[in-house]
Amino acid sequence: MHDLIASPFIQQFSIFILAIFVGYYVVWSVTPALHTPLMSVTNAISSVIIVGALIAAGPEGASLSKILGAIAIGLAAVNIFGGFAVTARMLAMYKKKK
Amino acid sequence: MSQSFVDLTAIAYMVSAVLFILSLRGLSSPESSRQGNMFGMIGMTIAVVTTILNPEIVSYDWIIGAIIIGGGIGFIIARKIAMTDMPQLVAAFHSLVGLAAVFVAGSAFLNPGAFGITDAMGTMFMASKIEMALGIAIGAITFSGSVIAFLKLQGTMSGAPIMLPARHVINAAIGAAIIAGIALFAADQNVEFGGLNVFWIVTLLAFIIGFLLIIPIGGADMPVVVSMLNSYSGWAAAGIGFTLQNTALIVTGALVGSSGAILSYIMCKAMNRGFISVILGGFGSDSGAPSGPMGAETRPVKQGSADDAAFIMKNAGKVIIVPGYGMAVAQAQHALKEMGDMLKEAGVDVAYAIHPVAGRMPGHMNVLLAEANVSYDEVFELEDINSEFAGADVAFVIGANDVTNPAAKTDPQSPIFGMPILDVEKAGTVLFIKRSMSSGYAGVDNELFFRDNTMMLFADAKKMVEDVIKALH
Repeated sequence: MHDLIASPFIQQFSIFILAIFVGYYVVWSVTPALHTPLMSVTNAISSVIIVGALIAAGPEGASLSKILGAIAIGLAAVNIFGGFAVTARMLAMYKKKK
Repeated sequence: MSQSFVDLTAIAYMVSAVLFILSLRGLSSPESSRQGNMFGMIGMTIAVVTTILNPEIVSYDWIIGAIIIGGGIGFIIARKIAMTDMPQLVAAFHSLVGLAAVFVAGSAFLNPGAFGITDAMGTMFMASKIEMALGIAIGAITFSGSVIAFLKLQGTMSGAPIMLPARHVINAAIGAAIIAGIALFAADQNVEFGGLNVFWIVTLLAFIIGFLLIIPIGGADMPVVVSMLNSYSGWAAAGIGFTLQNTALIVTGALVGSSGAILSYIMCKAMNRGFISVILGGFGSDSGAPSGPMGAETRPVKQGSADDAAFIMKNAGKVIIVPGYGMAVAQAQHALKEMGDMLKEAGVDVAYAIHPVAGRMPGHMNVLLAEANVSYDEVFELEDINSEFAGADVAFVIGANDVTNPAAKTDPQSPIFGMPILDVEKAGTVLFIKRSMSSGYAGVDNELFFRDNTMMLFADAKKMVEDVIKALH
């Protein structure tokens, strides 16, 4: 028994389920006034999918797989830079009157 | 790769996942939100740098080129976009996440070796095939669905629901075909139909169903659609995360997926409609074509001018402003803020009341008011301000309609019965800016127009507010 550990998939699946619970509680604590920035920032962070694109575009030479990877990097980069920048722009507007 | 390198990489991804959690946590208040956004950027930087340091990535020119081009475009869009166009922008961004997921999964299918998802024989693992196929299918649905949502929000495509005959049957058939295709692919990665691998057929069908799912959904249901697509983009990312066995991606996908799901739930609840009924579509259309004052109804309404409105508000003790989508369309937020300031100078207590589904996406009105420099502690959510209408002298409704309709409380026959509304009718006087007497999105007349304490102000929202400002001088 001591030599057997859960398969990698089950370990990742556990992380996934726990993260859903974390997301659930964290998102309920977001103030409704910031729901639009919430959408734009979740947009930006879900573009961490760029890590997959980087792996695809990483090998030497040129192949269809690499081309798809490079396009995906470009798309995700639009989202990452655009998403964080537009979120920052919105959040800078939420001010309290002195 | 050495074991310690792999471990360090895994730790770095975990750190960026934690930073992403903190970036969402920051949004619990405007004060902490800017720091939260910074955490998100740091987390993203860590994830990208860690990946690039991976020894299997040996060629950098395409990577750097793509980041510069994409990043530049994204940055310029983010700087230039008008705040009123935020719903379209978010829909467009969702479509990009979806498409990126499609390309990454497609690339993994073409070159599984690079992703380490094959056994010694070059056959892909069954689990990887399922994750990949699910990732590409959800990604494709997110992409085509978001494109339709974007076109509807942008106004390129009519906001009215487009109803295909037998669409539920068609959708169910395509859905079943996608599931069957994924099962076939999981069993054997080389199954082909007409020379096309079943993997690509699944992708194609997913593009089609995303398109068909959003087409029948009307403009004012867009807050739910946009939130739902937000959720999908998360699940697509998580699917790819499983393929790559990447913690940062799995955690982020789960966070974004549950975030979008919660927003969809909040929006549905605020409309008192089931999620399924929204998704099945066909409810309402964009607010009907202006039919001119006193269009369909013959009952008399009290009509006022900007001078009347200015006089009433100047002499009021407390005014609650209720903005809706019409304010966004007319871009009236800056004028509205100026009007509010003038009233405050005259000693009037001014507050803003926001219904959860006002506008075309969650929080839409709050962003516009923030843009106009309205202090966020003057802006209240429905449950926090609803009891105050009874003590207010004036409710100033600008571009909202259904969310103020008392029929939601009194008329069980009304399509909006049960929807929580802002109790504007309890205010001393209701000033209601509207272009015409046309009914709201839900297609129901608003009883409020005919009340004795309601004064209708027929004009474009921005024009009327500017006229009120002139009269206040």
